[in-house]
Order: sequence, then structure tokens, then C-alpha cells
Amino acid sequence: MSEINYGLTEEQKEVRDMLDEFGRERILPVRAELDEKGIFPTDLLNELAQMDMMGLYIDEAYGGMEMGHLGFCVAVETLSKYCIGLSVSFAANALGADPIIIGGSEEQKKKYLSPLASGEKWAAFGLTEPNAGSDAGGIATTAVKKGDKYILNGTKQWITNGGEADTYTILAVTNKSKGARGVSCFIVEKDTPGFTFGKKEDKLGIRASATRELIFQDCEVPAENLIAREGMGFLLAMKTFDISRPGIAAQGVGLAQGALDMAVDYARVRHQFGKPIIANQGLQWMLADMAMKVETARAITYAACNTIDAGTKDVSKISAMCKCYAGDIAMSVTTDAVQVLGGYGFMKEYPAEKMMRDAKILQIYEGTNQIQRDVIGAALIKEYASKAK
Amino acid sequence: MSTKKEIWVYAEQENGHLAGTVFELLSEGRKLAEKSGFTLCAVLASANGKPMHQELFNYGAKKIYNVEDPKLETYQNDYFAKVIDTLIKAEEPEIILYGASTIGRSLAPTVAVMGWAGLTADCTELDFDTERNILLQTRPAFGGNIMATIICPDHRPQMATVRSNVFKKEKVGEVETGEVIDVTVDISGVRERMKRIESVVEEVNTVDLKAAEFIVSGGRGVGSPENFDKIEALANILGGAVGASRATVDAGWISHHHQVGQTGKTVCPLIYIACGISGAIQHLAGMQSADLIIAINKDSDAPIFDVADFGLVGCLHDIVPEFTRQIAALRA
Amino acid sequence: MNIVVCIKQVPDSDKVTIDRETNRLNRAGVPSIINPFDENALEMALRLKDLHGGKVTVLSMGPPQAEEALRTALSLGADEAILVSDRKFGGADTWATSYTLTLALKKIEEPIDLILFGKQAIDGDTAQVGPGVAHFYGVPMITYAKSCEVIDSGFKIQQVTDHGYNVWEVEKPAALTVVKEANELRMPSLKKKLAAKKAVIPTWGYEDLNPEDEKIGLSGSPTKVHKVFAPPVKLNKEILSGEPAEMVKELIYKLREKKVI
Repeated sequence: MSEINYGLTEEQKEVRDMLDEFGRERILPVRAELDEKGIFPTDLLNELAQMDMMGLYIDEAYGGMEMGHLGFCVAVETLSKYCIGLSVSFAANALGADPIIIGGSEEQKKKYLSPLASGEKWAAFGLTEPNAGSDAGGIATTAVKKGDKYILNGTKQWITNGGEADTYTILAVTNKSKGARGVSCFIVEKDTPGFTFGKKEDKLGIRASATRELIFQDCEVPAENLIAREGMGFLLAMKTFDISRPGIAAQGVGLAQGALDMAVDYARVRHQFGKPIIANQGLQWMLADMAMKVETARAITYAACNTIDAGTKDVSKISAMCKCYAGDIAMSVTTDAVQVLGGYGFMKEYPAEKMMRDAKILQIYEGTNQIQRDVIGAALIKEYASKAK
Repeated sequence: MSTKKEIWVYAEQENGHLAGTVFELLSEGRKLAEKSGFTLCAVLASANGKPMHQELFNYGAKKIYNVEDPKLETYQNDYFAKVIDTLIKAEEPEIILYGASTIGRSLAPTVAVMGWAGLTADCTELDFDTERNILLQTRPAFGGNIMATIICPDHRPQMATVRSNVFKKEKVGEVETGEVIDVTVDISGVRERMKRIESVVEEVNTVDLKAAEFIVSGGRGVGSPENFDKIEALANILGGAVGASRATVDAGWISHHHQVGQTGKTVCPLIYIACGISGAIQHLAGMQSADLIIAINKDSDAPIFDVADFGLVGCLHDIVPEFTRQIAALRA
Repeated sequence: MNIVVCIKQVPDSDKVTIDRETNRLNRAGVPSIINPFDENALEMALRLKDLHGGKVTVLSMGPPQAEEALRTALSLGADEAILVSDRKFGGADTWATSYTLTLALKKIEEPIDLILFGKQAIDGDTAQVGPGVAHFYGVPMITYAKSCEVIDSGFKIQQVTDHGYNVWEVEKPAALTVVKEANELRMPSLKKKLAAKKAVIPTWGYEDLNPEDEKIGLSGSPTKVHKVFAPPVKLNKEILSGEPAEMVKELIYKLREKKVI
């Protein structure tokens, strides 16, 4: 097969090939059951840890593989070909770790990143609340300083890896009067008194992943667990999203690729009117459009990763673009894949319907695709205003 | 080479029970003896051989080398290898045949390296070249993709293992008697390096592929573990057993006890029905000697049709339940 | 504990086909893999190492490209790899292979506690090299091992038999051939895989092993390949197609005609 040259390193290709094998050997046989019963893929994540895959995005100094965002996203993409319920559980570790990577002290990095890199511990990121989703400024969870501790109160909602993770990065208001500038970010460990979880949510898609409420009731967190300074929380969250969104895009690319692979394979063997259905031009055009979408989504996602890995300061626009685009095409490509498979696509016997259900979340989480367009729009306004000067 | 003109069959036994393969080997050995003019002998190492002798004669052994020792009650590689090696060196037979059982596959290779004998594993056909006076040993290789005839021109004995059910057993009749040569082999000097502390016979959930008259086997085309129900239903109504290809076992759809093929079981039923099995020759090696083969596959070019007596081109998910239905209607 | 696992690189026999006109194997493009049963032997060794510590060495005899199989073994967790390779070893049957591998085992300096093999190789399916090496090397052999537990006196082995299983106690050092049911294989690790790519794998040849000439390669092999041919194709077969109900009806009619059902 002719491969498009994205300049992946040998190591990054190795990650892709190893996870492809992992997908075939380990994910394929269980994904339908994990989806149907909503089972969290603990064993698969533990095996990924043994494969040294949990610390791809973490620097070698903290026990990681230091493969950059591109290496990490290649991993997420490959896993997503097989199951994004698993890949989101995998990727949410990076999301939870990102605030520490961006703003954490040397001590915090040493203490918290090393066990995440080895996979001994898992992470989660807690921002969303019943009244604060896309509008992160509406956070109601509070953190009140008392001596050398902060006391947290409030509820986080729909937290990926909630209840399964060990290390949580939590946004809470330390100064209400300052609005978004009064939000701070804390590291909270599982088993801290006053920190409990709601039940695992029943979802349309990514059903293997764990989504729970985090409940804080007079939860005492050591003051040294504050990341950066008080009031930096909102900025940390925004910077986290800037570097985490390509991960969601990578999920879209992988999911859409998996759906395309399945659709083409099916179209080659399914015979109607005495010929394989792929012999029909109408179907070929449909598949061609799907393939173009997958490849352009991959190109922009890798471009975003390379931009981040090059140390570029402002990556909001490209991150939002890849997340929004890959999420949208994943939805359309999986929908088309169901169409190609016809009646079989609609049946649970085939994975097409799962892929279509799973795809929807990609247009919703880590900022809805409407919010992504807002980010892109805001960036355009800023860019052109500065050009006009 | 001044060897004795004898063909030996290793009479595998445990606790005084001869393995079924012994009779298959004797039956085939008779044909070789006829062609070569050699004498067919059985080699029996056991704690008490006498009760087994008559049966060995009934299947064509003209002579029995009988070695007895309390330590030979059950199989232990070091003792048995010492016994057979000693006998070979004393008697120098031309040919030795072993069953390719757990025991035969330990004993034969050990004995082969103790002397400098040639050993060909899992032969499916044996013949004798009367011109060159050598045994022609034919077996599948490369997972059964090709057949190879192996010879052993310069070393003796020429040894082969044969899997059970490859040759048919044919009794000569109630033979009055034959020659029994009692041989004493001193194994007291063999140090006991291993000890069997338990032996368990398992009834493996009634997968008796080897004895089944009908086998319905599923391959990759079955599609999922649940779909094996359709295979099972047909097997049940025929009173047969369920077989499987290596691909389905590797995928974890069905237990390895059902596996038919080069790395699974060799079977010899009256009717073998292959459903959704492409016919990788590794599979064919295990079922080719069935009396009648029916292949059901949607790919009309599948190699399974090369060995089939009847081929049904179509979707097994439609055909197999239909087959079950019509048989049921017939039986009703 | 020092464990040596003998592995063989084989063509993936599922992907080998035969050209029916020339009777030759189409081996071009067929990937080479570690013999699947040898992978189970390696996994058994790695699990014993996980439990008891020690070192796992993989040993393979074959052409220079068999190095790839050894690198795969390193990426799964083997500590060291040795390739036994020399043109003079070529053409060896199981007898000469057992002899040559034994010389390599004797050259390994640390005392060996356990030698593992897969129960058979999928290209030859002979299952002879394990018992052969065990005899030449002078250690007891248990075939078809499903499990291996370390006990004071050596090892406790569960052996799969034709009708069930046996349990053996065997002294140390010992040799085992391992069945597929023994374990499920682990996935390779990225760090080890990257290191394995760069690992220097020593090759031991004729000079290193100093064998007796008549016992290696073709001259050391009692068995010779006389001829190869394609498996026979059945004639007089009947291929039916059409509606399932009609096909099945016709089939049953013919089976009843033959009085087989």
C-alpha cells in the first residue's frame, strides 16, 4: 500500500504498528461486549501500560517515552480504529496530566507524572459541572483556603475516567469576585476524605469508558497541590484544551479510518446483481469522499501536533480546527459506513452502528464543535485585527 | 548394512492397555512386510506383557520382543528409551513404526538420537521400495501445503511415527500363536530423574472427534462464537461431533479440543461437513481421509472444494440451518 | 534461574500456497514468524522469570535472517539472544539440528536450569528437536508441558496427554516442550522493542561450535527428502449451487442414494 508521507519517525511508526497488532489481537475480540455491557477496559489499559504506551506524551525525565503530541496522537488514532471507548479512557490520562505538565512545579511533576507514565496510576480532568460546560467561567465548585489546606465543595459532572483514575486535576473557584480569573486548579488524589463518585453514566456511545460525577464534600486538599498560582486555573484549562484537542481529533481520524476500512472490505465482498457492490460508481464515489475526509482530517491533526511539538505559543486555532473537522467527518464517515453496509450496518452483529453511535461524542466533548468554531472565529478576528494595524 | 530383516511396531501400552494405534500400525506393517519380505514384529515393554500378546498376534505380529520390568508399568521416557535403544542395538531391525502419540513423540526422537537413526514424523503413507530396499515415508510439510516423501538411505533403523486414524486397523483373525522372545534389559542403572505423581483421564465435554461417524466443522466463515450454534445443531441431528478450523480456535470462538488439522486432531469419519472452511491445507491434512467430504463455502474457488465429494456454493448461514431442517423432517 | 528458549523462524504456513502446475511452494511474500508454539515456550520462560527472577536467553538456529525472530523475542522480554548460523549447518534434519543446538547450549557459560521448546514447529511438524537436544545435552525431557512450577527438587510439570494430563516432578536442569494451551502471549513492550532493534546479536558459527564434521548439515542428517508433490485433488466431485433449500434437497437425495444417511 502506498503510504502518505507525514514524516513520522521510526519510533512513531513502531507505536502505530504495535497498537495495530494490539487492536487486532486484544480489542477486536472484546469491543462488542465492552460496548454492550458498558465494561471499563481495565485489563486493556493495564496491558497498554506494560507495553510502555501510557507515558508516550510524558518527558523521559519523568519516566515517559517523550514521543511528543504526534507520537501520542498516532497512538490514540490507532486505538480509535478499533474502539474509541477504549481510546478515550487512554487519552483522558493525558488530559488529566496536561495541567501538571503545563503549570506544575518540579516536585508535582516528579510525584505525579512518573506513576502516570508507568501506567501504575491513571488520571482524569475535572472541569464540567451541571451549570458549567462550554462556559467554563460558570464553575460553582469552591476551594477555600484554611491553613495549609484548601477545602473543596461542589460537584463535577460527566468526568471521563471518573472513579477509575487515581490522580484528578480539578478546577475550583478560589475567588468568586474575580470570575474566570478567580478559578484555580488542584491535584486531588482518589481516596482523599470527602471525595466520592456518582454512578457510571449510561451513554449512547463510548460505552466502555467510565463517565461519573465527582462529589466533593468538605474535601481537604493539601495547599501544595495547587497547580501554579491561585487564579491561574482558567488559563491552565484553556492551555490544556489547546494541546488536548488534537487527541480528540486523532480519535475522529482513527474511528473514521476504521469505518472506511470496514465499508471498503464489505463493498468488495458483498455481491448484488451478480457483481460486488463496489463495482458501482455511485458507491465508489461515496467511498472516495469518505477516504478524502479521513486523509484531510489526518493531515490537519498531524499538522496541529507538529505545531505544538515545535513549541509554538498560540495553537488555539489549529487545535480547534482539527478537533472540529475530525469530529465532524467522523460523524459523517461512520454514518456513510452504516449506509454502505445497508441492513447489516444497522444490525448490532456488525460494528458499524457502534462506530456511528460512538462518533457523536466527538462533536460534543472537549468543547462542542460550535465552541470550536467560536475559537476559530475569535482567532480570525484577532489575526486580522493585528494585520490591519 | 547387515541388519535383521525385521519390521518392528512399537506396542505402546500403559497399565497393561495397548494403544489403539498399535493395531493400525500392525495392519499397515503387514503390507510392508509382504512387500519387503521382512518379518513383522511387535516390541512390547511393560510390567506384565503376556495378557497383551494374543491381540498383537491377532493383528499380524509374527514375533514379539517382550521386555518386562515393574518400572515399565507406565511411561517414563528414560526407562523406555533405554529399553528400546538396547533392543535396537542387539537386534538391528530395518524399520520401526511408532504411534505419534504423546508417548511415541517422546520415545521415538529420543531413541533416534541415542543411535543415529532417521526418524520421519506423522507419516500419512508408507511404502517399500524393493529395488533400493528402503522405506518410503510420505508426510505433509509446510502445514500440509505440500507432501514430501522422506527416505533414510544410509542409517538404520528407518523409523517413522504415524498419527492415529491414518491407517485402518484390520484384524487377521484369531491367530493360534506366534513367537515370543523374552528379553531382559537391565534398567536398574538408569537414574530416576523424573517421576510421574499423577495421571488423569479427562472426559473432555464429549468432543470425541476421533470416534465420530459424522463431523460438522466450522471455519472462519462461521463469523462469531455464537454462530457455532448452527454448526452444533446440524451435528446434533446427525448424531455427530463439532469440529473447527485453526482460525476459529485461534480466535477463541471454540475450544481447541474441537480443532481438526495438522496441529489439531486427525479424523476419519464417514462424513465430514466443512462449513465456511477455506481449506488451508493444514486443515485438509487432518480430515482428508474421511470417507465422504461435503464442503459448504460461499467462495467457489476455495481449496476445500478440491478435496470435497460434494460442494455447496453459498452462504453457510442459510445452508446449514436448511440442512438441519431437512434432516429433521426426514427423521420425523 | 537461567532459562534458554530454543526458537525457530518459520514461514507463516497459513499463507503458504502451492503452485499446482510446478508443485513448488509459493513462498515469495510469505511473512516469517516465530514458530507459534515457541512463543508459548518463551511466554512460559518470561512468566517464570517474572516470578523467580533470573535470565531468559533465546537461541535460534537458522539463516542470518532468523535474527528477526530473535529481535521479536527480545522485544517480548528475553534478556539475551544467540543466533546459530553457518552455511555448513545448512540442510540439517532434526538429528543434525539437535546435535548442533546442543553444542550451542554447551557453549553458554552460565549453568542452565531449564531449556524450553515449542511442542513442534509448524513448517516441519516433527516435534523431534526438543527430545533430541534433551538427550544430547543430558537432561530429562517432558513433552507437551502445559504448566511449570518451581519446586525444591526441580520442577513440577503438567503434561497434556492424548486423554487427559499427567503431573511430573522432574529434577533440575530439565527440558520441556510447551503446548499452546500453556498460556496467552503478552504484547511486546515499546522500550524493549526499540532496544531490540539496536541489540547486537552474536552469531555462533562452525568455528565457534567446533562440531564433528560428519554430524552437521546434510552429512549429519539420516533422513533425505526423496520427492515433494502437491496433495492429491479429488476427481468425480459434484459442485452444487443455487437456492439453499434446493441444494440441500439434492444433496440429501444423493447421500441417501449412497446410503450414507
